Amino acid sequence: MFDPVQQAYLLEARQMQALSFAVHIPLVCFGIAFPAMVLRAEWLWMRTGDEVYRVLAMRWTKVMVALFACGVVTGTILSFEMGLLWPGFMGTFGAVFGLGFALEGFSFFIEAIFIGIYVYGWNRMSPRAHFLSGIPIVLAGLTGSLFVLAVNSWMNDPGGFTVRDGRITDVEPITALFRNGHLGFELVHMYLAGFMVTGFLVAAAYAVGRLRGRWGRYERIALTIPLTVAALAAPVQVLVGDWAAREVAKTQPTKLAALEGVGDTQRGAPLHLLGWYRDGEVKAGIPIPKGLSLLAFHDPDAEVQGLDAVPEADRPPVNVVRIAFQLMVSIGTFLAALSAWYLFARTRRKRVPSGRWFYRLLVLAGPASVIALISGWVTTEVGRQPWVVYEVMRTEEAVTAAQGIPVGYATLAAFYACLIAAVAWILRRLARAPMATVAEPKRALGGG
Amino acid sequence: MLGLDLYELPLFFALQGVVLYAILAGADFGAGIWQLLAGRGERARRIRAYAHHSMAPVWEANHVWLIFVLVVVWTGYPVAFASLASTLAVALTAAGLGIVLRGVAYALRSASAGAAELRAVDTMTAVGSVLAPFALAAAAGGIASQRVPVGNAAGDLWSSWLNPTSIMAGVLALLSSAYLAAVYLAADARREGDEEMAATFRVRALVAGSVAGVATIAGALVVRSDARWIFDRLVDTPALLSVALSLLAGAATLVLVARWRLDAARVSAAVAVAAVVGGWALAQNPVLLPGLTVRQAAAPDNVLVLLVIVILIGGLILFPSLGLLFRLVLRGSFSAEPHVERRTPLAGPTGGLAATLTATRLAGACFAIGAAFLVLGDSGWPHAIGVAALGAFIVLGLSALAGEDSRE
Repeated sequence: MFDPVQQAYLLEARQMQALSFAVHIPLVCFGIAFPAMVLRAEWLWMRTGDEVYRVLAMRWTKVMVALFACGVVTGTILSFEMGLLWPGFMGTFGAVFGLGFALEGFSFFIEAIFIGIYVYGWNRMSPRAHFLSGIPIVLAGLTGSLFVLAVNSWMNDPGGFTVRDGRITDVEPITALFRNGHLGFELVHMYLAGFMVTGFLVAAAYAVGRLRGRWGRYERIALTIPLTVAALAAPVQVLVGDWAAREVAKTQPTKLAALEGVGDTQRGAPLHLLGWYRDGEVKAGIPIPKGLSLLAFHDPDAEVQGLDAVPEADRPPVNVVRIAFQLMVSIGTFLAALSAWYLFARTRRKRVPSGRWFYRLLVLAGPASVIALISGWVTTEVGRQPWVVYEVMRTEEAVTAAQGIPVGYATLAAFYACLIAAVAWILRRLARAPMATVAEPKRALGGG
Repeated sequence: MLGLDLYELPLFFALQGVVLYAILAGADFGAGIWQLLAGRGERARRIRAYAHHSMAPVWEANHVWLIFVLVVVWTGYPVAFASLASTLAVALTAAGLGIVLRGVAYALRSASAGAAELRAVDTMTAVGSVLAPFALAAAAGGIASQRVPVGNAAGDLWSSWLNPTSIMAGVLALLSSAYLAAVYLAADARREGDEEMAATFRVRALVAGSVAGVATIAGALVVRSDARWIFDRLVDTPALLSVALSLLAGAATLVLVARWRLDAARVSAAVAVAAVVGGWALAQNPVLLPGLTVRQAAAPDNVLVLLVIVILIGGLILFPSLGLLFRLVLRGSFSAEPHVERRTPLAGPTGGLAATLTATRLAGACFAIGAAFLVLGDSGWPHAIGVAALGAFIVLGLSALAGEDSRE
């Protein structure tokens, strides 16, 4: 372990890391879920011979590859930052959790290789071989999530090592990564989020088109494929979120107390909607008596540990965590309700909803799902503070001693602002590309 | 294994990763450098387009070798990684930003049209292609010249990578990347029957190779005066053999390129790069950082064993996949004119209303079961059943709603 360091810009280092995640994670969602949607369209083409599916799959492939490229480089920045910003963490615990990233590295390899084959193999391989070349991308998206979340879940529920005289001994990476209590719900929660974010965002793009009068068979299919997946995932996500909260209540009581703004340890704790945490309680919130005890422990009189159980220095910033959590929960509820509307129309009325309001809300659902995603990560990661490894290592012990964090932060922010602008430009361009040029693809060499 | 101790094995694999990154991603960076030097006009446009075309299907896979090296080092030698990354923070940030530029430029190119846009995007690729290899090699130069001490940002953020040895390493990396790329692009073009591009890149290979040769000799003098420790070890056995092999292979590549033996040149150019990395590793051995040997830096044995197992099993999946990708690229499959096969439907629309209704009901049942197990369950297995049932809900839901996708 390194000696303790003085770092005046710990908060900036954390913000820089948070910015990097916030840009990367929506791209990850597309890495997880979009290949599956492209393959679904291609599979429908193979099954029906209907050209509309092929055109759709090819147009989406272009979006997929552009977003994947951005995901690759923003992911690289994250892996650099592990060492740049948190050498104390890496140097001390690299051996404990590093294996998760080694495994993830191979997932990333498979993803990158087969995305190359899939993208450049369009109409240059037999349809069956081409379709099959897309399957490893989907599988690698799942295994990649598994291995990355194994590391994150270990940070939240650390095990697989012993601290002896300030040194880490008895390192058991498999126990640390795969036998911690958080991996199950974190993986399911994030994997579903990937399908929800991708599904609602893609569907939102076509909903905008519909509100502007662009609505034909192609657009309807392009809307229903992603929306159906997202709408099936959204109600499940509510249940998984509930599961996650109950596990957090068990293993990270301080985080739960911050999520709900519980100042004093109490029996029959109420649940508060909205409001603001100050002086040990939620002000101006709407209380639901005994709601928290009931939800978190399935017992209206269960004791809920408050923030007072730990010293001030061991508490996360309550309002940040609580507002992020409420935002995630309310958006998740909205998305589930919208999904129920859609599923009802599809199963009972045998068609997509026809009212304009549905499409207006759907347009909202796209960006809202991204906000929910990022709020969820803020909830779990800021809720873990002040610890980088929960109750073992503090963030301030992990941070770099290097000078100049604000400069690095500002530079990265400027680059990422350009990256976001570039992605927006690319998506608009690709959306406006006339159908014909996509139906008859250019030779890769031509390039323009 | 291979006469190496367990504590050396992950580093050995990481060095293989460095070699592959230097060769494969190096050639991609080099292609970007040639885009920068292409000039203007129609021929320049062709050069830029060809360089892009050649690296487009493979650059992401080639890039992953860098991630491989990082994760192996931070798992196997955590203290060394933390020391390196924190002292070389500025160099790594510069490299990272170069990589971001390249990735975004690649994404932009897929949506670009018109000469002006493409030139702008290719310039972006080129800037990234200069920044990233220079900064990474300069960081390596900082390690080689013993400027990265053990500790949290214990070395100088600037002089650790902006010093004579580092700058020399950075320049050599740019030259060797350009050399590799020119050899590869000439070989690719010849294989695809594009004689104009083959001739163009052959000349560039000869020029870049000659310049790289001269620069290596100049570089040796720089290292001798700046970093005597590593210089003395480089010119001593066993490192000297590797360095000599590199020089020989580099010179042989020039001869092969001059004689149009481009596929053989591809191999010898790769050997030249690999031998440089090998020579450096042999010269440093057993010192990883000043005062820290490889053995001292290594993670506990059980972690190293797991890491080696993961690398070996991963390799079993990785290399056949990589082989497939490169076979398709080298065979020219991705350059061929696309052909659109008309599909005859494999089957009629599956299921009728009855099947859809059943699937809907089953999906509903799965949701109810899954909800019950997930919400009421209080341990691992009921939760697993709950998740499985909810997964079944999604799959059944997809099949129940699939028939509607094409309904007017």
